[in-house]
Parts: sequence; structure tokens; C-alpha cells
Amino acid sequence: MIAFEYRTPKSLKEVYADLREFGTDAKLIAGGTALVIMMKQRLVRPSCLISLRAVRGLNNIAQKDGGLKIGGLATHREVEISSLVRRRTALLAETYRHVATIRVRNMATVGGGLAHADPNQDPPPTLIALGATVKASSADGSRVIPIEEFFTDYYETVLKPEEIITEIYVPKLPAGSGGAFLKFLPRTADDYATVSAAAVVTLDRSKKTFADVRIALGSVGTTPIRAREAEAVLRGQPVKPEALREAAEKAKAAVDPISDFRGSSAYKKEMAGVFVRRALEKAVAGLTARKAKAKTSRPAPRRRRR
Amino acid sequence: MKKKIRLRINGKKVEAEVATSRLLIDFLRYDQGLTGTKEGCSVGVCGACTVLMDGEMVSSCLALAVFADGHEITTVEGLAKDGELHPVQKSFIKYGGFQCGICTPGQVVAAKALLDEIPKPNEEQIKEWMMGNLCRCTGYYKIIESIQKAHQFAK
Repeated sequence: MIAFEYRTPKSLKEVYADLREFGTDAKLIAGGTALVIMMKQRLVRPSCLISLRAVRGLNNIAQKDGGLKIGGLATHREVEISSLVRRRTALLAETYRHVATIRVRNMATVGGGLAHADPNQDPPPTLIALGATVKASSADGSRVIPIEEFFTDYYETVLKPEEIITEIYVPKLPAGSGGAFLKFLPRTADDYATVSAAAVVTLDRSKKTFADVRIALGSVGTTPIRAREAEAVLRGQPVKPEALREAAEKAKAAVDPISDFRGSSAYKKEMAGVFVRRALEKAVAGLTARKAKAKTSRPAPRRRRR
Repeated sequence: MKKKIRLRINGKKVEAEVATSRLLIDFLRYDQGLTGTKEGCSVGVCGACTVLMDGEMVSSCLALAVFADGHEITTVEGLAKDGELHPVQKSFIKYGGFQCGICTPGQVVAAKALLDEIPKPNEEQIKEWMMGNLCRCTGYYKIIESIQKAHQFAK
């Protein structure tokens, strides 16, 4: 790694001042699990790292307007084990649990992960399906960005150099909603997905018709992809296997995966359809079956000292 | 560029001046002489470089040394107390939880963190927790057994 200055601001105000001083020569660092690798490989060579590790008050997870707000500096592990997240939006906790290994989740932050914008990540498809928003803040104020508009290209987002992700908001789902996130892992459990799919469905009172559907996929293009046409064929339609198969076909048409060691482009496309169908089936099954007791054999939550 | 850091390593106060680009693993191994922590993959996948920061597992190959400023680091050298091995170390020896040994410091430190949270973990809990600690020799059975039986050595 080449030499760089290391700043440790304690507040957002100090972060903004450091950003103003260094401009695009600076990189923000929080968990560092992605950036440190890129710096070791000299893909990124900032002249200054502005560490967010000592900035206080940005790692809270709390209820807001019936939904959940998650501070940009909350770690993946904190979201995974938060009893509030598990109770309110279990799908989100479950999705974050799929990311890499515990030691990475202990470090990597929610905001950092999104800003990194690798299209192979797990949380973005679920956050898109849940209709989440990202709050980006700078010295000039804050703006709220729907997460599906946040990613623009491989490792690229709409964030401006002077902005930092301060909060993610996940709205409350309507009654009769449920979701699923599936990650296709033919190699190892801590790998990036070959294909991932998230589905959030809302059934009407009879539980026989789709009132609303949101579908998003990961690892199938330069950004996470929302499959709007697949959603459209289901909205207002009866819950039937043929409808799910048709949606799966539409999802295949929406993706554009690259061939790599996790599979050929054609194979990933085929799997995108399969995993969208399975995610829809799982989401529907969770709503129509009597609530099965979720088995939790996982370690008890523990708060990180800061 | 250099930065002064103050931290605790295995309970001992340490003050040092480090290059901002110094990785935590290199700081521990080359500046502090704590060579128990091993470097395997260098990209946070293999778990050989596992240390604890304030009791939580981190990959020291992905952390900058400056991250440790103001924190407590525990390495494999800090597990034994007053010359007596930690229960998990005794268990790895008794139940043969290693062969070549290169992954063992990472395995032992990760297992210690697990046992701090769950004193008697079941097999599923062990597998999920230890997922990021790769071993090319044992096939994992002996590692799982060693962790499962470590409570026998606890006082």
C-alpha cells in the first residue's frame, strides 16, 4: 500500500471538513473489509483515509414511522443479531446473515457495503424488494434516495464525493406481506452468490391473489436488478404455479450476467429464473402456511463496545 | 505517514508509532513479535489471521493497525494464563484438532470467541461460527470434536 494520511473525525461535522480539505483524493473507511483489499491490490490509491470508526451515533437500529431505521455505521453483524430487526423484518436479518463470515460481518458496515456497490452483494436485492431508501448527507444537507436508484454501474453509485450514507430506512410492509431471499451457492457457504433473488409479496385478504410483488436479483448484471416486468405479470393475478413460472421467465429476460468461474452467462440466466420462482414460492408459502416456528439455534445477540 | 497508537495486546499496554498503511497482522507479527497469528489468504477468507478486537473476531489481514488504537487485541499468545493453556487449547491437543498446524492459531482464537458466547455449542452452532476458518488437513471432524469437548477442561 502506498502512504496515506489517516484522519479520525469524531463527528459528521469533522467528516465534512476533512472531505472538503481532501476532495476526491480522500476515501471514507469504516469496516475496511472491501477497501483495504482494493488498496492492497492498488486498485484504489487515496492520499487520505477518513475513518468513520470514531464517529458516534451512526450505528443505531431503531423503529421509525412503523419501519426500521439503520444507522450507516451499523455492522452487518449488528443487523443480523438485532432482536428488533429479527422481530420486525426477519428477512433483513436473514439476508445479512448470508454475507461472508462472522469476522467480516463484525467489521463491514451497512453504509459501507452499499457505497462499495459490488453487484454480487447480498443485501441490495432484499433492500430493493423491501422498498428501502438511503439517506445521503453532506455539509449542504441530506437527501433520500430509493435504493433501486442508488446503484448506477459496477462499483458506482449516485453518491457524490462529499456525501456519506448516514441512514437506511426500511418501511413497514402492508398486512399480508412476506418475503424470501435465496442465494445460490454451488461452491462454498461464504462465497458470493452465483445468483441471488429476493421477493416480497403482499397477498389480498383471501390469500389467493397477489396485491403487490417486488422482485430483485443480485450477481446478474453490473448492478442489482429489479425485475419489474416479472412483478407486473403477478400483480392482481391469482396465486398459481403457472403465474410464478411466467414471472420467472420475465426475470430471466431482465438479467444480463457475465460468465465467470461461478458459471456461464447462460447458466446464470437460467438460474435467475429458477431462483426467482423459488423465492416467490417461499414467500407465498410463508404467508399461506400457518406460521411454522422458526428454529433459532444461533448465538444470543451481543452489543459491540465502541 | 506515521501515527501513534495506544492499545492493549493480550492485557498488556502498548504504545507504538506505526505507518498508517501498516496492516494489523504485520504490526502484530513484525513489530510486536507475536508470530502466532498466521497469514493465509490475505483477503479475509481463510481465517488463519483471526484475532479478537474487544472480544470479537476480526481478520487482522483486513484491518489497519490504526484501527486497533484504543482497543484490546487478543492473539493466540494471550489465551494461556499463568503458563496454563486455555481449555480450548487443551482440548485441541487431547482430541487432535490439528495436523499441519498452520490454521490452528486462527481456529483456536475463533473457537475461544465462540465459547465465550456459548460455553457448550452444538455441532450446528460450531459449523456456522467456524465457517470462515479453513483447514486443508483435518476434514474438520476433529476440530468440531475439540470445540465440543472443550468445556471438559474449563474450571
